[in-house]
Amino acid sequence: MSNEATLHSQEVIHGAAHAHDHGHGHDDHEHHEGGFISKYVFSLDHKTIAKQFLITGIIWAIIGAFFSVLFRLQLGFPDATFPWLESILGHWAKGGRITPEAYYALVTMHGTILVFFVLTAGLSGTFSNLLIPLQVGARDMASPLMNCMSYWAFFLASVVMMASLFVQTGPASGGWTSYPPLSALGDASIGSKIGMDLWLISMALFVVSQLLGGLNYISTILNMRTKGMTMTKMPLTIWSFFFTAVLGVLSFPVLLSGFILLLFDRHAGTSFYLSDLFVAGKALSNEGGSAILYQHLFWFLGHPEVYIIILPAMGMVSEILAVNSRKPIFGYLAMVGSMFAIVILAFLVWAHHMFVTGLNPFLGAFFVLLTLLIAVPSAIKVFNWITTIWRGNLRFTPGMLFSIGFVSTFISGGLTGIWLGNSSIDIHLHDTYFVIAHFHIVMGVSAFFGTFAGVYHWFPKMFGRYLNNTLAYIHFWSTLIGAYLIFWPMHYEGIAGMPRRYYDYTSWESFKQFADLNHFISIVVIAVFAAQLLFVFNFFYSIFKGRKVTTTNPWNSTTLEWTTPINPGHGNWPGEIPEVYRWPYDYSKNGKDFVPQTVPLSPDEEKEGHH
Amino acid sequence: MSGYLAVLVVVLIFVVIFQIAKASEYVSILKGEKKARQQSNRVNGFLLIIFLLLGLIGVYYCNDALKGKIFFEAASEQGEGIDNMIKWTLWITGIVFIITQILLFWFSFKYQEKEGQQAFYFPHNNKLELIWTVIPAIALTILVAIGLRHWFRITSDAPKDAAVVEITGKQFNWLIRYPGKDGQLGRKFFKNINDANNPVGQDWDDQLNKDDFMATEMHLVVGKPVKLIIGSRDVIHDVGLSHFRLKMDAVPGIPTTLWFTPKYTTAEMKDKTGNPDFVYEISCDQMCGSGHYSMKANIVVETQEEFDAWTAKQVAQYGVAHPAETPAAPLATPAATDTTQKVVAANEAK
Repeated sequence: MSNEATLHSQEVIHGAAHAHDHGHGHDDHEHHEGGFISKYVFSLDHKTIAKQFLITGIIWAIIGAFFSVLFRLQLGFPDATFPWLESILGHWAKGGRITPEAYYALVTMHGTILVFFVLTAGLSGTFSNLLIPLQVGARDMASPLMNCMSYWAFFLASVVMMASLFVQTGPASGGWTSYPPLSALGDASIGSKIGMDLWLISMALFVVSQLLGGLNYISTILNMRTKGMTMTKMPLTIWSFFFTAVLGVLSFPVLLSGFILLLFDRHAGTSFYLSDLFVAGKALSNEGGSAILYQHLFWFLGHPEVYIIILPAMGMVSEILAVNSRKPIFGYLAMVGSMFAIVILAFLVWAHHMFVTGLNPFLGAFFVLLTLLIAVPSAIKVFNWITTIWRGNLRFTPGMLFSIGFVSTFISGGLTGIWLGNSSIDIHLHDTYFVIAHFHIVMGVSAFFGTFAGVYHWFPKMFGRYLNNTLAYIHFWSTLIGAYLIFWPMHYEGIAGMPRRYYDYTSWESFKQFADLNHFISIVVIAVFAAQLLFVFNFFYSIFKGRKVTTTNPWNSTTLEWTTPINPGHGNWPGEIPEVYRWPYDYSKNGKDFVPQTVPLSPDEEKEGHH
Repeated sequence: MSGYLAVLVVVLIFVVIFQIAKASEYVSILKGEKKARQQSNRVNGFLLIIFLLLGLIGVYYCNDALKGKIFFEAASEQGEGIDNMIKWTLWITGIVFIITQILLFWFSFKYQEKEGQQAFYFPHNNKLELIWTVIPAIALTILVAIGLRHWFRITSDAPKDAAVVEITGKQFNWLIRYPGKDGQLGRKFFKNINDANNPVGQDWDDQLNKDDFMATEMHLVVGKPVKLIIGSRDVIHDVGLSHFRLKMDAVPGIPTTLWFTPKYTTAEMKDKTGNPDFVYEISCDQMCGSGHYSMKANIVVETQEEFDAWTAKQVAQYGVAHPAETPAAPLATPAATDTTQKVVAANEAK
């Protein structure tokens, strides 16, 4: 399928469009009429779909982060009451104090929203959509219609998840992992009633969205690259989106299978996960199931999922560091190779979440080995990033600062992975605050830093305007400092064995010494949340009122997206798609600040053999 | 009223920040893009190096402030190996952490954009890349080797003379069963469960069950290995033993085991920690429902004599379930008092 055929864009001759038999010639007229619905709602333009993912993600991020503020109030101020809580949560916060049921619902929804709706859909949904066609030189995705459906499946998933917040028995509350039997039995937890069904339906729709999107990303990258854009001339962003999509397409169906079996156990009387249960005063008839089976199915997606979250951030950070260091990314092939190694290993380490489930210790040993192996490609990436800024000429744009912050938090959180991946340490630290600290730093904060870096860097391409720099700098510094203040001390709570997902620690002789610390952390959480609102304001304000971009290539970057007009229409390039001659990292080569990918090799370069 | 005031203050701060941000944007337009960039570059470069310095001081300060809150000596022999493992890992990851963070922020500061500075075109270097592939690989091999040695020791079969205690999770407390004089636990089946007098579902036809007794606290003998037989009645729980540095899930339908040797009696721990209220607590470490946070049982580690004296006072659950057959038995307390209810009641009273 050719680029021109995929998109019946402005310059395509009308008659030629339906010569290509691929089933959506009917949308031809929409581009020309440019009605509100087809332009902004059911748009087929990958750039608009990217913005839809981003804005939906931002809304979810505010909700998810606000939930964490609410439950941090309980953890930081266990003896205080906040009457305003009762006015927004009703009987879930009777007397101004969140009930345990509400606390667990908030914790669960915080995890689900941030992991899936924000850092999966919001992150790779936004930037895969925006950057794949623009950076490989395509008019649009391989299937713009599937792309549109991917967003709307996500939107439906969002609607169902949102609805679950308002049902009488509350949303799912068994943790974002939703382990059965807790999640299978309404009698075991109020959140496992209708809220859990809605959670499962929403997640099923979400998987559909991911598969539609992922298949599209893969086929676009493999088939629709412009002339000269060989795989090794692709920016690292594209490689990272490619690997992310492959991970998602291979692992999300396994998650879905786990959810379907759970639905059967809930409603069809099957016993996939259930056996030997005595709940609510009576023995259940289920026998022979294994509660651990669900964990295998869940973590077979659940672990790759953390790389689905972090890989796009890694790709964007690699790109932004190179651009703003005015230097090529160091070790391009090693960067691609290490991402490939991470993808392979991602499928072979899921049971490190299950060391203390009674897993055969001999089997556990292999998972220890494979898990710690991941540290090798991760270390290569970190050293390569550091070498990239070494002897550069660094411009601290907000995107650059967030990229540096990303590397810092990725180091901090990645190193504690070496602790937890070793089963003989995990047996002590499993399900403690150490785990919370580890994954929030490495896949929460880091992935957010990658996202912010991407937003600040590509905002001019998305909206033709800049974000306000001063607000951006305030946002960066308060978030970096705040994130470390919140999560660094949690390692100590974890080493003391303090379990996660506790509503109240005051009655525990072993953990109550951390009351002051919890108080401190909660205060910082509120401040950091306020700083994020500053970003949200900056984002929406700048869409309409930001400083206008006056040049097509504001960062002096080599990649193709900056060869399009400032506000590209559907189809991206008004004329021919440019041809590519060189790799995307010719910065400061032979005394030239940068050489765009579209510039043919000079005779000298051809002689010395080019990348 | 004070709530509205707080909101008003926050909004005002936002407005002020926004006005400053807006004004500085105009100023930078007037100054010209290049000059504005140079200026913000200098400020942020300076802040990056300050962040590094304050951050490293903060790491030290945080350690200083919090290390006293952790009892940094495992209370079981198995836990020693885990602490040892943590120390090795802390050294290796700590050194890497400090070196890489210093390089990252120092380079950021040092190579900030300067007039006339030319970036160095340095696309790759196979030797360097080989070095930082091989060194982490060696370091990790060492960690895997030490880790697995401990892991196999911890998960090995319990010694033959180990005491046996069964612990069963339920929403939201722990049921503890001792095998009694015969040293063997009797059969159980979940359909026999009866909260009135048979909380774990013992099969009364099994002779081994005749002397099994239930306890509200777990009593262990110091220096003597104990093997826990771990199970659950309803959802997945987890036996968390923070002072012993161990934990194991309690899974309905699939029994798990864990063995360890307590090193210090509860009395000794009171001395060591300087906390007269010290108590070994079993925490539930796997999310199990709304009472998860209150699912606690205490462990008393004591000498053999104290343990024997305690055992002698316990009443077989068979006797509790069949009061007519054993009239001489003293009036037994219900096997497991629900600690959750107490905690929840205390919470509601607040």
